[in-house]
Amino acid sequence: MLYLPGNPHAAMNERYVVEDRARNTFSLSRETLVSSAVLEKECRAIFDTCWIYVGHASELAHPGDFRTRHVAGRPVIFCRDKAGAIHVLLNSCRHRGATVCREREGNARQFMCMYHGWTYETDGMLKAVPGAEAYGPDFDKRKFGLVPVPRLEHYRGFYFACFDRAAVPLVEYLAGAKEYIDLVVDQSPSGRMEIIAGVQEYDIKANWKLLVENSVDDYHLPTVHTTWLNYMKNAGVNVRPPKDEGLLLPSKGWGRDLGNGHLTTDNINFRGRPVARWISIYGEDAKADIEAIRRELVARLGAERAARIADTNRNLVVFPNLAINDGSSVTVRTFFPIAPDRMRVTAWCLGPAEETRAQRARRLDAFLTFYGPGGFATPDDVAALEAVQQGLAAWREVGWSDMSRGMAKSAGEQLNTDEGHVRVFWRRWSELMDRAG
Amino acid sequence: MSDRRNAASATREEVEDFLYREATLLDAWKLDEWLALTTADCGYYVPPNDKPDADHRSTLFTIADNHARLVERIKRLKDPSAHAEYPPSRTRRLIANVRITGSDGDAIEVAANFVVYRFRRDNDRREFVGHYRYKLRRENGALRIAERRAILDGEELGALGAVSFIL
Repeated sequence: MLYLPGNPHAAMNERYVVEDRARNTFSLSRETLVSSAVLEKECRAIFDTCWIYVGHASELAHPGDFRTRHVAGRPVIFCRDKAGAIHVLLNSCRHRGATVCREREGNARQFMCMYHGWTYETDGMLKAVPGAEAYGPDFDKRKFGLVPVPRLEHYRGFYFACFDRAAVPLVEYLAGAKEYIDLVVDQSPSGRMEIIAGVQEYDIKANWKLLVENSVDDYHLPTVHTTWLNYMKNAGVNVRPPKDEGLLLPSKGWGRDLGNGHLTTDNINFRGRPVARWISIYGEDAKADIEAIRRELVARLGAERAARIADTNRNLVVFPNLAINDGSSVTVRTFFPIAPDRMRVTAWCLGPAEETRAQRARRLDAFLTFYGPGGFATPDDVAALEAVQQGLAAWREVGWSDMSRGMAKSAGEQLNTDEGHVRVFWRRWSELMDRAG
Repeated sequence: MSDRRNAASATREEVEDFLYREATLLDAWKLDEWLALTTADCGYYVPPNDKPDADHRSTLFTIADNHARLVERIKRLKDPSAHAEYPPSRTRRLIANVRITGSDGDAIEVAANFVVYRFRRDNDRREFVGHYRYKLRRENGALRIAERRAILDGEELGALGAVSFIL
């Protein structure tokens, strides 16, 4: 078949994602990764309609605790009021708009706007206005509280906001992703996972959707993460793919469609896990402890589910922009576009609340073997995404990216090194963009 | 009698010379020679921007290497497959406000300010600003790095992106 240069689908070039299941082709218009118009549209069609991750209940341990952050472009206060209820309030004074809380985190009795002194309770209610008498008798303070996000719901401590009042409930939205969140949360004997102190906030000079792909694309592991694999090998981990199985990695893994655009890898673990598979990096003295962690899992959940948790690793993407990577450690990572070619990433480490000091230290150390801006792997991911973004500048001539890997196989046979799960994201993205007209 | 050869003492001049030599080695990517300046129990830390004074055993750091990890980091950085640093970044370190702040057993505690400029082709200039806190120890009379903490001043890593070279 003869294609026009750079545009294999000239007749259909008004579409962003072009799929031909009969011919096993799947092409993505690179315009989706460079265009300001696309970004503007996806802010409305994606970020204003989907459930967007805000934070975890454990970040607000006590009444009055707050964290300020940006969610889908809005400044918000993620806080727990005096009575213990969790809120996500838009951080904008009802008077003239200033942010009323300018600290990263802390414990507050109230939020006072520094501009004219309007003061709000930790549940958002307007408490006091300097010189209130000047507003006259019809001024009703109850109508001037901080505005909460239209919808706020949580699943097992993970809080999501939605700017679309008509959205389906979060538990329905999460669909098959719930099962994979459960596999993370069930690592805690009490079901209480917590965000550990120390946040990693960094920019990548690439379109935000490239990090969705990268979070679950295990095809890149042997090439991008050669030095990490070498490090694992030096630590005694077998990193050689088995012969004659057609695998690129030491163990088999799958890419899965979880519904509503959510996707995950689901891999037989080869790399060591704080819960609960020992590798030499943890040190000899950790062996007995890791065995004890596994025994606890088996006693609480049974052998089968214990193995499901401890012997697989899974990178989950909750559409559109939350990745929970349960691999060398557990990272919760969210990212927002700030320009077509730039995203801002926020990443945390998650662990069982009841971990011992030694277990916590091991988890954090294991995290840094791979993840984060100083890890042995993430900086090379960033380099790869930035190389892609630079190459995309040729999008007018080289207009399409290929995402057909594995398409000739059935859905159940999609490996983690195929692109079946990556296509799940793009189909949902395309559907929502089309729906917005 | 105490003199400059005492285990936990040094002159500022000696410490400055040591830090300048270290900076020169790192800017020249002479990573093995740099590694030879570290003790066998050396720790290298970059704390998270939001918790600069925290403990790496209870807080997620950007980097928290023991010596074994540091050896592996250097191996990685010398490998052309370390894509974030291949070709290697050009860096230029300015070390200033060097002072000896105290001692911890046989270690000399040193603080210094830094600006590290980092250049890559097809990329913007990045300026890493902060301060170092060292523990230096004498081995066979020569100063060696027992602990090295690079503490960034930025509220977040942000546009600096990653700490993929030795900061």
